[in-house]
Amino acid sequence: MQVSMTVNGEPVAADVEPRTLLVHFLRENLSLTGTHVGCETSYCGACTIHLDGAPVKSCTMLAVQADGATIMTIEGLADDGELHPVQEGFWERHGLQCGYCTPGMIMSGAALIASNPNPTEDDIRHGIEGNLCRCTGYHNIVKAIEYAAATMRGDTPAPAEWEEETS
Amino acid sequence: MTATLSALGGVVKRREDPALIHGRARYVDDIKLANMAHAAFVRSPYPHARVTDIDASEALAMEGVFAVYTADDVRHLGLLLAQITVVNRPLLVDVAKHAGDAVAMVVAADRYVAQDAADAIHVEYDVLPSVTNMVKAATNEILVHDGMESNVILSWEGGPFGDEEGIAATRKTIAEARKRDDTVTVSIEMRNQRLLPTAIEPRCVLADWNGGYSRFDLYSSTQIPHALAGAVAKTFGLPYNSVRCLAQEVGGGFGAKLNVYSDEMLVCFASQKLHRPVKWTETRREAANSTIQGRGWVATASMTGTRDGELLGYELTGVCDMGAYTQNFTAAIPFLGVFVGSGQYKMPTYIKLDCVVTHTMTTDAYRGAGRPEAIYYLERILDAFAREIDMDPADVRRKNFIPNDAFPSAISPIGFAMDTGDYATNLDALLAKADYEGLKAERDAARAEGRLVGIGLSSYVEVCGFGPSGLVDLGFSWSEYGLPSAFNGNGVVRVHPDGTVTCVIGTGPSGQGHQTTWAQIISHHLAVPIENVRVIHGDTHESPVGIGSFGSRSAAVDGSATWMAADRVRDKAAKLAAHLLEAAPEDIRFADNEAHVAGSPYHKVSWSDIATLAYQPHRLPEGMEGGLEAAVVFSPANATWPFGTHLALVEIDPDTGNTQLLRYIAMDDCGEVINPMIVDGQIHGGIAQGVGQAMFEEAIYDEDGNLLSASLMDYLLPTAADLPSFELDRTVTPTDVNPMGVKGVGEAGTIGSAQPIVNAVVDALSPFGVKHIDMPVRPKRVWEAIQAAKGA
Repeated sequence: MQVSMTVNGEPVAADVEPRTLLVHFLRENLSLTGTHVGCETSYCGACTIHLDGAPVKSCTMLAVQADGATIMTIEGLADDGELHPVQEGFWERHGLQCGYCTPGMIMSGAALIASNPNPTEDDIRHGIEGNLCRCTGYHNIVKAIEYAAATMRGDTPAPAEWEEETS
Repeated sequence: MTATLSALGGVVKRREDPALIHGRARYVDDIKLANMAHAAFVRSPYPHARVTDIDASEALAMEGVFAVYTADDVRHLGLLLAQITVVNRPLLVDVAKHAGDAVAMVVAADRYVAQDAADAIHVEYDVLPSVTNMVKAATNEILVHDGMESNVILSWEGGPFGDEEGIAATRKTIAEARKRDDTVTVSIEMRNQRLLPTAIEPRCVLADWNGGYSRFDLYSSTQIPHALAGAVAKTFGLPYNSVRCLAQEVGGGFGAKLNVYSDEMLVCFASQKLHRPVKWTETRREAANSTIQGRGWVATASMTGTRDGELLGYELTGVCDMGAYTQNFTAAIPFLGVFVGSGQYKMPTYIKLDCVVTHTMTTDAYRGAGRPEAIYYLERILDAFAREIDMDPADVRRKNFIPNDAFPSAISPIGFAMDTGDYATNLDALLAKADYEGLKAERDAARAEGRLVGIGLSSYVEVCGFGPSGLVDLGFSWSEYGLPSAFNGNGVVRVHPDGTVTCVIGTGPSGQGHQTTWAQIISHHLAVPIENVRVIHGDTHESPVGIGSFGSRSAAVDGSATWMAADRVRDKAAKLAAHLLEAAPEDIRFADNEAHVAGSPYHKVSWSDIATLAYQPHRLPEGMEGGLEAAVVFSPANATWPFGTHLALVEIDPDTGNTQLLRYIAMDDCGEVINPMIVDGQIHGGIAQGVGQAMFEEAIYDEDGNLLSASLMDYLLPTAADLPSFELDRTVTPTDVNPMGVKGVGEAGTIGSAQPIVNAVVDALSPFGVKHIDMPVRPKRVWEAIQAAKGA
């Protein structure tokens, strides 16, 4: 079946099997391998992308269902080489270790802040409940999203825990 | 606030992160090679069954299917190699020994077709009697393997370990203590349930056979690339350097990727047969059914002591579930439990653990590997004992610690030398950080209002940083994989003519930040900027040897080797600089990417000047060889023994049995710290996995051998909403067995964290008289415990 969509600002079109999952279309057809697959039950969230601005688990959709949609993947999040504040937050606050859940976590984090610019810790913890991380215990992921939200509001982010240590 | 700063420059943001946060890192499944085919497996749905017929005709007729292989095709390759060999796994089976055992492999043009073809293969089975429960298996009513007399394949006993007379004396001492009128003995049988390690990246392997050069390039998501290369070389009759194993980006390991797997051999076989690259990517269901699992013990812990809290004897006896086959370390995992079984304490200790095979997937090292299990039993029974004698559990712990003057090299009751320790200081620091007395008052006030609030403590020791070369004598080496190496560390440090530095290590990180930490070690030692240091790991053609990353060993052992290699490079660089500056080598100082003469900072040369000289032998002083690099293989005098104290505060909803973790406070001591940010990150993740075991996770097999928790919908990992922010701090007791004083931190968080939560739950339920509850403390179990106690 013929599908066309806009991915990271570029129009793309392809002939795909109807059963092709959107995540496989992105990874195999478009070679956008930043979106990851961690399970087959739509549970882990490693495959999270933005579809028409909303966070979506791309293993839960067929490519044909995304026909005509505007999609953003992790590869499209940085603006002309400049990190998105959530990406920056993950780097600044050690929000990642193995990095496998990270693209999905960043996409969820960005969507969370877009809908709630001033999230509490509890908002963040519930907001990323659909994304599993096995490395960080979520501690620094929460800090990373807090950092990004503060930055995007124009506030100074709270110092890192290790900055507090040295002062 | 954390007590100390790094000895090596402190927090440096990770060099791994830019690729990862842009989505540009390359995990194995991201790699595409020309002409690449995909594999899929047909797996037994039965725990014990003989394959009577395989009809692959429909699959082979499908477009894009290249081959189907069964047991007969690969029998000549022998069994899957394992480090500790007891019952090795066939690569493909004609008698399945657990649900998920691989019966056939399909290779096809893409992964969808491969899976279609696997589904189209018709297998007939003769279902045989099975036993999936380890306690039942230990009775030998049903034998897992024909020709074996018992399902108990091995027993580990101590202490002292390996000393029969000593063990008899210990048992006698404990028996006599129990008989005394003034002692109390508390015994509880507890389960330490099976877990699925669950790295978020499923395992993936891509083999590329080059027939012209008779060589494999093998990309695998593994923690042990060198062992894998050795195993492939041995299995296929190739020289070691004809297999290049690459493990560049690994999405979490936790022990699951500390194994050589049959699928890794099978994709190599298929690639060689078909003359094309073959990739296999595990599904999450396969990750549950055919990647190693962890834990799985049932044991009885007994503690004897006086009413004023002096511990006089500890016993732990039980069975440990090996699953159907032994893989890399399987049968050695309970030994690691014996190793640390007496914890921080000095009481006489007797441990006997029987390793039992069952018709289930193999168990092996899952984060902590034997040590979380052993510490769980010890710290749970110690708490139960404290409750029985009505003494504060912190006071019982403090009273029985191995004293500071026994260190260094204190001999544990199990008979092993422990490097360094200062347990009382660590406990007191934790209690101060937590405001323990205040917390107890809060708990008591809540209790007075009828709320179920509980505090749980745990001390722990870990043994890690493997290790001494001499562990070879205990069977720990890679010799079964055709490699001579023991658990030594290795590091190569090479300075290029422009003054940049490459460091090559044989570790296999899966998120621990070795690119950053090793650059810090080099940068600190040579005074070169971190940006000028490149770190290479996970490439068996770059590093002469490599042990991989597991057992919290990388920094302590390979980091130390790198430190020593950098030392040698600096010594030679000092001579070269001295030659250029017409000074004495001992007067050369390194700073800011340059070398200068002490007391004369403007009398200097750059690293580039020094390295350029090293590669122009005609300019060298007479007798000096060219080049500027060093390779060190380092064997520490001992393993290291990190330790710590953790505290959990929980509240239970009496109506639902739901447990909420309100606070988690940890005081860890892993010796010197290189990058505090990375070290704390390791502890965060470790704690989350211990919390997962305590509260949520369980791999459950039913009587028919089905794994009921084979998807992430059934196997509950903690989510962000289940956890609080963790409150960490540390004490620093350097080890004396390596030059940096680092002990290792990868597993500490996990070893310390399950039992304080269960101790807290028992504390919360103590008003009902509840003395024990098994993990995971899910709402139903807690609610039933409350109802049972109310009824009683």
